[in-house]
Amino acid sequence: MSELIPPSETMEPTPLRPPGEQVDDTPHDVVRLGSSQGGWFRRVGWRHLVGLLALAFSIFPILFVVSAALNPLGTLSSSQLIPTGASFENFTKLFDTSFPRWFLNTMILGIASAAVSLFISACAAYAFSRFRFKGRRFGLLSILLVQMFPQFLAIVALYLMFATITDLWPPIGFNTVWGLLLLYMGGALGVNTWLMKGFFDTIPKDLDESAKVDGATHAQIFFGIILPLVAPILAVTGLLGFIGAVNEFLIASIFLTQDSAKTAAVGLYGLVSQERNNNFGVFAAGTLILAIPTVALFQFLQRYIVGGLTGGAVKG
Amino acid sequence: MAKSEVREKATLTPPEKKPPRFGMEADGTSSPAGLIIKIAVLAMVLGIAVWAALPLLADQRWVGLAIVVLVTALLFYIYLSPRRVPAKYLIPGTLFLIVFQIVPVLYTMSTAFTNFGDAHRGSKQDAIAAIEGTSVQQVPGTPEYVLSLATKGDPTTGDIVFLLTDPATKQSFAGTSEGLEELAADDIQVGPDGKVVEAPGYTVLNIGQASARAEDISQFSVPTDRGAIKNQGLSRAFEGTPLRAYDASCDCIKDAESGQTWTADDSNGLFVDSKGEALAQGWKVNVGFRNFTDVLSDQTLRASFLKMLVWNFGFAIGTVVITFALGLLVALVLNKEELKGRRIYRSLIILPYAMPVVAMYLVWRDMFNTDFGLLNRLLGTHINWFGTTASAMFAILLVQLWLGYNYMFLVCTGALQSISADLTEAAQVDGAKPSYAFRTITFPLLLVALAPLLIASFAFNFNNFNAIYLVSQGAPFPPDNPQAGNTDILITYTYRLAFGGAGAQYGLAAAISVFIFLIVAVISILSFRRTHALEEIN
Repeated sequence: MSELIPPSETMEPTPLRPPGEQVDDTPHDVVRLGSSQGGWFRRVGWRHLVGLLALAFSIFPILFVVSAALNPLGTLSSSQLIPTGASFENFTKLFDTSFPRWFLNTMILGIASAAVSLFISACAAYAFSRFRFKGRRFGLLSILLVQMFPQFLAIVALYLMFATITDLWPPIGFNTVWGLLLLYMGGALGVNTWLMKGFFDTIPKDLDESAKVDGATHAQIFFGIILPLVAPILAVTGLLGFIGAVNEFLIASIFLTQDSAKTAAVGLYGLVSQERNNNFGVFAAGTLILAIPTVALFQFLQRYIVGGLTGGAVKG
Repeated sequence: MAKSEVREKATLTPPEKKPPRFGMEADGTSSPAGLIIKIAVLAMVLGIAVWAALPLLADQRWVGLAIVVLVTALLFYIYLSPRRVPAKYLIPGTLFLIVFQIVPVLYTMSTAFTNFGDAHRGSKQDAIAAIEGTSVQQVPGTPEYVLSLATKGDPTTGDIVFLLTDPATKQSFAGTSEGLEELAADDIQVGPDGKVVEAPGYTVLNIGQASARAEDISQFSVPTDRGAIKNQGLSRAFEGTPLRAYDASCDCIKDAESGQTWTADDSNGLFVDSKGEALAQGWKVNVGFRNFTDVLSDQTLRASFLKMLVWNFGFAIGTVVITFALGLLVALVLNKEELKGRRIYRSLIILPYAMPVVAMYLVWRDMFNTDFGLLNRLLGTHINWFGTTASAMFAILLVQLWLGYNYMFLVCTGALQSISADLTEAAQVDGAKPSYAFRTITFPLLLVALAPLLIASFAFNFNNFNAIYLVSQGAPFPPDNPQAGNTDILITYTYRLAFGGAGAQYGLAAAISVFIFLIVAVISILSFRRTHALEEIN
């Protein structure tokens, strides 16, 4: 039965699994509710019904956003669930605001933050997975514990700190993407390090050993052997880092007050925080455009995502 | 940083007996390319260090300079030494962690033991200066200046400066907290109303920027021989003498007109008169554990803290339970090979997961809007969703369900597919009903596999600031304590205490932060222990 599923249907990525999960490597169908005899509805029809209901629940707010973005009146009160018109007026208005700049800032921040934190985190995970050294256990535990203190509770301290930084080094101070990037990197050693360490642990040490015998250095082993093997996990972790940076709102809203320095989340919030009803169409248009890169990446990486998520990353 | 060194192809050097003490092989670099990359990266580190050091040197901040030098030396030592291999991989992340997490967190924890807040920002001297400054009354016969508000440097953070013009003599001055300084008429530009519109070295504020700094401006005055210059509105200023002055002999503030005195209370950081009334300006003092004990003993504080704690748990656990239940249900139903279009279902069901969260929270908030919201229009009702506690909680949980169930659906699908079908088949051969097999075999296995995820999801939602702040903002608010809303969780409450309109109370906010940290840490450690997720680190 299970042999009939084409590999792309199985959602399971390459058999990289977090340690401790006892699995066999062939995917299987599991639960059979109801009997395999009976009418079409009893066998699969009701499943379609449930699927469609779940689909409707998932889709309807998004449909509302699409409809509001296309709504020529552009107000909240006139936006219906089903598009009533197809006007691009909201999009034109959106591009009259600083949205293109906000979008650019968001992409720079998202990509840079995902890439740098991935690199930092992968390096640390390699050290924790492959070396035994003094303070290793302490290091792993403190990474977990420090993350339990939400960074933004320390916002007063961070604010005072960055006020000084702005005085001394304006290029990494308030109202710059780079200052915010540095701040986000404070959280680079976190859950992701644990997640990646788990995956590094599943790669047999024999690989390292034989490379070492051939004269490879630790850096060659890391960049040449380990990293290519965990590429799918790196992709998923990177995607989650990207989503996290794009959606970070609180700290960004305090750090970026100049219009040209805002990220899309902060800028869009500003649009509807004052003029809630009138700007809704423009806001919806911005939301849609902001969603495009993430949705595209999601569909592109879908095969790897389940494996990456089950490893322990969280969102929402 | 210097780890990108060895990327090159498979040109591995033959096995070596012993690395030489110096030279190319000494630090584990085995190829010229690797060495060049390493030198380049270290040169960059040095460049950044010099760039960072120059302003510190100019400002004579020796401690900061020493830190920069030490960190740079440490980096060079670690990457040039053949040993310390784990440190080479750990140091970049650790540095960021220390600077941007551990230090701010420790600082926050230390403010929990002070009364740091709006009226208690600076030292006692600052408070005295502010009290004397705000009690200024115009000295008869002194000029009334035309004022233009400015800052030194950034308009949002720079020090306030008064740019003053005497309308009689047309002389212009820059007034700082140090005193008056005459501005050369050639350097500046004066508008038709006599206001200075441009002066070198100062940023003139527009009305918006000035009102954003209103609080700083109201505390600001320019000291002069006869007293001080205070502003009156945004475009006038006058010279006056303070009515109130500090008297060191009695450690008190005296009012020259009424003769009233306020004596310093060093345990509370306030000047108090004989009736117990305090002046608005105070200073920062250590209060020990008072912020912590206040949370537990103060009647209103304790009541709202406990109420929020209960809802906080309800919110976090409720979110995990409902998202997991619905996600698992949909995963079970759709996890069937005969079902056509599974891929399409999956792609569309997980769409919310990829949408920008902040924006979607706001969309939901607006869908719940009483007057214009989609839900009221579709249902034909006029419900004020955030008007009653029950409907507000329902609305918040519905939003959480929408945002979170697709994630649970994904992980449940993954876990279901990895649980061996042999087990359930064996159970069926033994005559167990599918529902029984699910209850006794599949579900327990699923829970074991997903427990760490569920715990992590709980810990995340326990402090899910956006979910409350962007959707209900804590509404509805009880009339007796408008600071603590009925749907506030601890973290949104903390935020309101620290940054809200009713005056910042950083000390108290920090104390509650510490409580939150302890709660989440203890629960997480206990549950990770129970699920043995921490065992593998040995």
